[in-house]
Amino acid sequence: MKLQVNGAFHDVDVEPDMPLLWVLRDELNIKGPKFGCGAGLCGACTVIIDGQAVRSCQTFASDVTTDVRTIDGLAKGDTLHAVQQAWLDEQVAQCGYCQAGQIMNAVALLENNPNPTDADIDDAMSGNLCRCGTYPRIRAAIKRAAATKVEA
Amino acid sequence: MGRLATITRRTFLVGAAVVAGGAAFGYYKYQQPYANPLEGDLAEGESTFNPYVKIGTDDTITVIAPRAEMGQGVYTTLAALVAEELDVTLDQITIEHGPSSPAYFNEAGFRDGAPFAAFDRGFVADAVRSTLGVASKFLAIQMTGGSSSTIDAYDKMRHAGAVAREMLKAAAAEKLGVPAASLKTEAGQITDPASGKVLTYGEVALDAARRDPPSDVTLRDRSKWKILGRSQPRRDMPAKVTGAPVFGIDVDLPDMLYATVRMNPQPGGGMTRFDDSQAKSMRGVKKVIAIDSPYGKGIAVIADNTWRAFQAAQAVEIEWADGPGPRSSDDVSTLLDETLATDDFFSLRTIGDPDVAFADAPREKIVEAVYDAPFLSHAPLEPMNATARVKDGVLDIWAPNQVPTVMKMVGGRITGFEDAQINVHTTFLGGGFGRRLEPDFSDYAVRIAMETDGRPVKVTWTREEDVSHGPYRPIARGRYRAVMDDNGLPKALVGSVASPSVIAGMVSRIMPGITPAGPDNTLVHGAFDQPYGIPNYRIDGYKLPLKGIEVASWRSVGNSYNGFMHESFIDELAHAGGKDPLSFRRELMKDYPAALAVLDKLEEISGWNTPLPEGKARGMAFTLSFGTWVGEVVQVADVDGSVRIEKVWCVADPGQVIDPKNFEAQMMSGIIFGLSAGINQKITFADGAVEQSNFHDFDAMRMSQCPQIDVAILENSDHMSGAGEPGLPPVMPALANAIFALNGKRVRRMPLNEEIDFV
Ligand code: FES
Ligand code: FES
Repeated sequence: MKLQVNGAFHDVDVEPDMPLLWVLRDELNIKGPKFGCGAGLCGACTVIIDGQAVRSCQTFASDVTTDVRTIDGLAKGDTLHAVQQAWLDEQVAQCGYCQAGQIMNAVALLENNPNPTDADIDDAMSGNLCRCGTYPRIRAAIKRAAATKVEA
Repeated sequence: MGRLATITRRTFLVGAAVVAGGAAFGYYKYQQPYANPLEGDLAEGESTFNPYVKIGTDDTITVIAPRAEMGQGVYTTLAALVAEELDVTLDQITIEHGPSSPAYFNEAGFRDGAPFAAFDRGFVADAVRSTLGVASKFLAIQMTGGSSSTIDAYDKMRHAGAVAREMLKAAAAEKLGVPAASLKTEAGQITDPASGKVLTYGEVALDAARRDPPSDVTLRDRSKWKILGRSQPRRDMPAKVTGAPVFGIDVDLPDMLYATVRMNPQPGGGMTRFDDSQAKSMRGVKKVIAIDSPYGKGIAVIADNTWRAFQAAQAVEIEWADGPGPRSSDDVSTLLDETLATDDFFSLRTIGDPDVAFADAPREKIVEAVYDAPFLSHAPLEPMNATARVKDGVLDIWAPNQVPTVMKMVGGRITGFEDAQINVHTTFLGGGFGRRLEPDFSDYAVRIAMETDGRPVKVTWTREEDVSHGPYRPIARGRYRAVMDDNGLPKALVGSVASPSVIAGMVSRIMPGITPAGPDNTLVHGAFDQPYGIPNYRIDGYKLPLKGIEVASWRSVGNSYNGFMHESFIDELAHAGGKDPLSFRRELMKDYPAALAVLDKLEEISGWNTPLPEGKARGMAFTLSFGTWVGEVVQVADVDGSVRIEKVWCVADPGQVIDPKNFEAQMMSGIIFGLSAGINQKITFADGAVEQSNFHDFDAMRMSQCPQIDVAILENSDHMSGAGEPGLPPVMPALANAIFALNGKRVRRMPLNEEIDFV
């Protein structure tokens, strides 16, 4: 089957029920999406498909027909995406393991809702677990990213 | 291993280990440094000055930060210690974890094992601490834990930077024909102010590294610091916001295979037989093998893709043998009661004569309460994993781990290899919390790598495998009693705490076959060592004789349950005495200025004395742990009968803070980790196996539940102390106390959602 990831096409030969997460990680060596639970409970594996944040551990690769955006393709060369820059500015990450998923989820949120309220942020982000407790700084970073985008 | 076993038997359980001074080990040997592990592995043009500094002729400056980066920012903070004295900027250096080596033993982590309260700086307490410090060098365990990394490195790594700087200056002085003292160093350059000549570190590194290190460098005074004491951008941040493959689970090697394990869900249970006929025929499956390790019995599937290994592991039919442990959580509960009914306990600190105080007390002056805390999984977000390769007589282990020297030991035991044939590569850790001090994930990976004909194999556990197998934070039950005086203050307090011994468990897992006896201070940490001036005061520890279920260090160890019990009880006493919980503590802590300052600040920032509207309430707690004095206030609100956690205020005094922004992050992290456990986490047993399996039944706090958190830092305490754990212990009791203030319901059992609904 053909799979488009961050604009590039790949030929993959996998079972139809192999989750996208494992096609990305083990077949294509795209390591941004992380494995946390394999059950749609933690959000570490979040990617964006069709403008929506999607849990790649719960998505069959064979069901994907459009481009898959992962954190690996988010920055443009050396220029970080506004959300990544906000994450840097707020010094969000601790262990960092959840952050690829958090950032992709936040990117999808802001693309769909450029000025989220606190409640919107909580709603959108609550599927993304962080065991290190970086939530206060994630909130701050999302607000900062929203503000930069508005200015720009 | 022989040496380690002997010393450990004598000293690991330090309650029983007051070995005299350095004598037991030989002071002379203690003075000898370990060899510099960087010597053998230098790149072209690179020289090393000590185990922490390498400089290349091309001006690459590498600093070794030999502790696990598991989110606490140690990678940046340790490098900053060297950079401050070496006169380089943080962004001009390369930071590496470095090899696994005894040279990186952790002394501070062991000193803290002394069975004394942090405020006890008396002769005996300090003598035991220094003995343990000496012992640590002989045990030579490179360990990240006990909130000890920065304290351990504080002098060592600044010293390493200063020594290298002086050697560089001496070489430059010779080259320029001027006295070294006249030279200035900054940002990796040496300047001669008289001539204006400039040399880079790289230009003199080769000469400099050949010189004898000076024996008399003086470390700079705080007032001269340029890097330390200020918040620095974390050097691991760019990798972590770009999804870079920095974790153990991201390891990728040529020709690598993928595997997973499925171990007996009954702790300590064996495997009678397995049938892999279906699994073996599944796509990509290379091999199914039996795993017979001291840490578990079961099977491993080796495949060409992790998911295929997961699928095939489920397809193996296995007949398990029952484990030796309790069949159900009720059985554990019975054992807790039976243990508390014995008189087999240890007490590390007795003030006055509590027994007499109780014997004389009128019934109505006695307050009693029993508290419970469950088993807990660590559940770091990166599931357990390790990659191993056994090839040409060399074992390589790539593992996100907190204790590389132990990983090496485990690898040696399985392969029969000597230390020199084993390399441990420590990656970044997707969370540790104590779980990655354990040898099991590396042990399994090495066993599997013995079966792959020299090909590397990455072994990833499912989340289900992680949650349903220990080692766990131990279960605990505490029976507290106090006698109140006529002024509403406690005249006597005795706490009896039963819990399985974490230290005994950890020692026997590192060295199977050794079962340490004697007291375990961690069992009573957070209770016996608190700064309360109660005239008759004692905490008794009861080691629960639990079979099968393994227990481990879990962020803040004993403080995590004792903090809850002790501080809930103090709150109950304040109410029994008709006093405000904060003023009550102030009266009892009057001899401890650091504690009083924390209380004052907490009162101020939380607006403790400002009344709240109907339906809102505050609770507070205080725990001194890992030497750090921490007070926290939690504010809760009633939302249609459910409780919302609105705000948390935290005041912490660690004596001295190297990086304030990072310290704040650690406090928040501890608070959220504690609240996660406090509101809904527990591991329970039925039919001899764990009932929980993934984040649906072992969840953690979510963003929508996360309160606003304010942290204030004080620096009054006279000893520098830790950051990774001390934020956690007070938050659970502060929450329980807030709930009591909100609705009069005293919840004495964690997790609190067994009795309270949270939003
Ligand atoms: S790994 Fe996909 S949601 Fe957890
Ligand atoms: S930063 Fe560690 S899990 Fe979120």
